[in-house]
Amino acid sequence: MNLHEYQGKELFRQYGLPVSKGFAVKSAAEAVKASQEIGGNMWVIKAQVHAGGRGKAGGVKLVKTADEITAFCDRLLGTRLVTYQTDADGQPVNTILVESCTDIAKELYLGAVVDRASRRIVFMASTEGGVEIEEVAHSTPEKILKMEIDPLVGPQPYQARELAFKLGLNDVQVGQFTKIFMGLAKMFQDYDFSLLEINPLVITEEGNLHCLDAKINVDDNALYRHTRLQEMRDPSQEDPREELAMRHGINYVSLEGDIGCMVNGAGLAMATMDIIKLSGGKPANFLDVGGGADKARVVEAFKLILSDESVKAVLVNIFGGIVRCDMIAEGIIDAVAEVGVKIPVVVRLEGTNAELGSKKLADSGLNIIAATGFTDAAQKVVAAAKGV
Amino acid sequence: MSVLINKNTKVICQGFTGKQGTFHSEQAIAYGTKMVGGVTPGKGNQTHLGLPVFNTVRDAVDQVKPDATVIYVPAPYCMDSIVEAADCGIELIICITEGIPVLDMLKAKCYVEASGSRLIGPNCPGVITPDECKIGIMPGYIHQKGKVGIVSRSGTLTYEAVHQTTALGFGQSTCVGIGGDPIPGSNFIDILELFQNDPQTEAIVMVGEIGGTAEEEAAEFIKHNVTKPVVSYIAGVTAPAGKRMGHAGAIISGGKGTAEEKFKALRAAGVHTVESPAEIGLGVKEITGW
Repeated sequence: MNLHEYQGKELFRQYGLPVSKGFAVKSAAEAVKASQEIGGNMWVIKAQVHAGGRGKAGGVKLVKTADEITAFCDRLLGTRLVTYQTDADGQPVNTILVESCTDIAKELYLGAVVDRASRRIVFMASTEGGVEIEEVAHSTPEKILKMEIDPLVGPQPYQARELAFKLGLNDVQVGQFTKIFMGLAKMFQDYDFSLLEINPLVITEEGNLHCLDAKINVDDNALYRHTRLQEMRDPSQEDPREELAMRHGINYVSLEGDIGCMVNGAGLAMATMDIIKLSGGKPANFLDVGGGADKARVVEAFKLILSDESVKAVLVNIFGGIVRCDMIAEGIIDAVAEVGVKIPVVVRLEGTNAELGSKKLADSGLNIIAATGFTDAAQKVVAAAKGV
Repeated sequence: MSVLINKNTKVICQGFTGKQGTFHSEQAIAYGTKMVGGVTPGKGNQTHLGLPVFNTVRDAVDQVKPDATVIYVPAPYCMDSIVEAADCGIELIICITEGIPVLDMLKAKCYVEASGSRLIGPNCPGVITPDECKIGIMPGYIHQKGKVGIVSRSGTLTYEAVHQTTALGFGQSTCVGIGGDPIPGSNFIDILELFQNDPQTEAIVMVGEIGGTAEEEAAEFIKHNVTKPVVSYIAGVTAPAGKRMGHAGAIISGGKGTAEEKFKALRAAGVHTVESPAEIGLGVKEITGW
């Protein structure tokens, strides 16, 4: 799950990290009021969406008057912001962050991820802040400093000092950096982050370190133990079908093709997409009904697939293990009865109770195309989608 | 021979009296696995499925001396169960549970490594040596005793590889599901090394998927250490970047972890790769001449 910048900064504030004074608002009037509350004669206003590249897309602005604030809010609130990180539809803008202005002397980068290769939380710091860090990593990897956190011992101040001195910070700033590093590392562990980025971490004109942005990604598997983060979920930023699927315990990802897929197991679901492509078709979705699938979930999965109007044919590919094929067959029969399926459905059942499942489908009188193998299923569904 | 487990492996189950623990222990016993008991705190001294229940893993170790344990407890309690098993010196720990927080796994893995135990999983189907020992949730009857060693990050794709190698009559020595999480207890390399040293295993099937660099590391390992024929399929050629495809570990991030990169690394290491998941068995046939 992603957090918005303003939510991330709330957490930063709680851990005593330096962030700008600011308010998250939902209307132009509130935005103007927030600017008055903050004071001064210049503010930064930022659209809150789950995507980077907001600045270049016109989602961040330096403003000096109430009129400018109103104009910005009117232009963006209720619309969708398209950045290089979003799809062509962009992400909806419902919230705007109004902040005090910071005079920047230098921009640094500070981030942390769970690194799979080293199996550690790894901090990354660079003097090349404010730009895309992937770019820096690609062209000048030596400019990214790394520091691994031992899972059992936790972060230590010397690790922060090592990074800070390498970044060329002065003595006062080294102290500030250490506080920020230790705070972030603690926050990362306390709240089960999977990714954290401050880009840029700036040195102000006065020479102080300041967190100007906050990008945070939380481990979905750990959300159960963080009520506070659960409340921060913003479903408007998620694909509506993916969101619905999640509530039914289904793993679903929308794609751009026209063949709907219902599969058990994440690996087999991906493999099913791959074999459809190999057979000359295009998958419309990734869908894993999961190991503990019951009849109701199969019905929901079917409804979900059919709610995508670009779907011209459906492939059901089940390798029964714990999931019984006859139960899946019953789910398909129920789903067809409930929603009425007008497009071709190809079914391949293998494994536990496969024969019983196939018999149930055959006896149902439904117009279902039975496949005899994995390749056969893919070829049949591709032909069906093409109307052959 | 086989790897990790055989007909003599004594197995306990953590989360024994729960729904999952009960169902899959019954299946394991029916398959012939040498189950010797289970652990459910608070239910010690009872009998379940005709086997003793213990309050702690320590008690189980003292009394029935298991070689392996299988964990079915819910995700929030898995770190505790894994560390408990490692602390009690159980050699092989197989964790089936899906959805364990990554930071729990970072700690658990550190602890297990230091203890000298071996962890398989989490988020995996388990391990099976056909006709001898089944530990996990895989349907036993699709397997056949034989000569192909299978290692995979995905459960149902393991079944697919098993099904194909059974249909061709090759059978399997041992099948190991290492799981779909970003931080697995054992990696491809750990299992490849076992297969390379196992006389019963004559060919190896490795099923990978997008995300991380485990397949690339395996390719490097195969190039220098594996002389047996290896067939590999990687799932997710069609997966879009930045989206998590069901498994917590299946995500292409920052352009890294694509199926193309993995296929390329494996081919460069002399691995016979197949583009279709339906041709894993045929791949084995082709490369071995069986």
